[in-house]
Amino acid sequence: MPVLARVIEASGIPTVTVTMMPVMAQKYRASRVLGVQFPFGHAFGDIGNVDLQMQTLRAALDLLASATDPETRVDLDATWPGDPKQAYKDWQPAEASPIVAHSIEQIRRARRDSR
Amino acid sequence: MALSWRMAVDSYAFLPRAFRPMYEAAPQHDHAPAWADFDTPLSEARVGLLSSAGIYLADGQEPFDVERERREPTWGDPTLRVVPNDVTQSQIDATHLHINTADLLADMNVAMPIDRLNELAGDGTIGSPAPEHYSVMGYQETGAEVWRTITGPEIAARCHAADIDALILAPA
Repeated sequence: MPVLARVIEASGIPTVTVTMMPVMAQKYRASRVLGVQFPFGHAFGDIGNVDLQMQTLRAALDLLASATDPETRVDLDATWPGDPKQAYKDWQPAEASPIVAHSIEQIRRARRDSR
Repeated sequence: MALSWRMAVDSYAFLPRAFRPMYEAAPQHDHAPAWADFDTPLSEARVGLLSSAGIYLADGQEPFDVERERREPTWGDPTLRVVPNDVTQSQIDATHLHINTADLLADMNVAMPIDRLNELAGDGTIGSPAPEHYSVMGYQETGAEVWRTITGPEIAARCHAADIDALILAPA
């Protein structure tokens, strides 16, 4: 996503990146970063939570309107409303993604070959 | 609404611990940051959204190609889906092998808050919502070459054609 932010911003469209991994957006030197401590797939909050979704979107707009320098980061002062341990489990897919399954297989193969 | 101007978010709070070293080892890029001034009053601005949650329109758009990703695990579908601002929840579907999409299929606003954006246009906070929003699938091959050379410029061109003043991006 930082790749897209960079291309779009360079074309003259201001961007704000709302992300649960602000440290990565900073590594890619994104222009404006709103950090949120929410589970993956839920950048604006949880389902049906209009207040939290609105708080997040308003914060992104405030950052857009207020940032005067590149690489401005603001973190949303909001905590996930549910049990974070449950949210940690719930955001993940039922099956390991192909790249994760592929990586696990490579590690197993390397271990077998080293015996 | 309280905003914190300190950096308090733990970027690894919801990340599986095994993945953390990979992200920590990612290099700091040394290119100059891209920057476009936002010089339109927010109350007059046309604002769009871009999500990487793999959202597409169930009727009329192809799902992101997860079958190829299953065959080629280092590849991710780099193509773009355009979502009209008047979309309804029942028109939304999603394909993404790296997140559980159940919540966004119940409420798209968790990842692409079109309803909230329209409400902010209604109360005058922003000038207008963009007529269209943008959706990609966030797992990409190393370097994201197609995003950099094709998808990104395509989104930028569409933003300019639609007179969009700013875009809010939300990685999934």
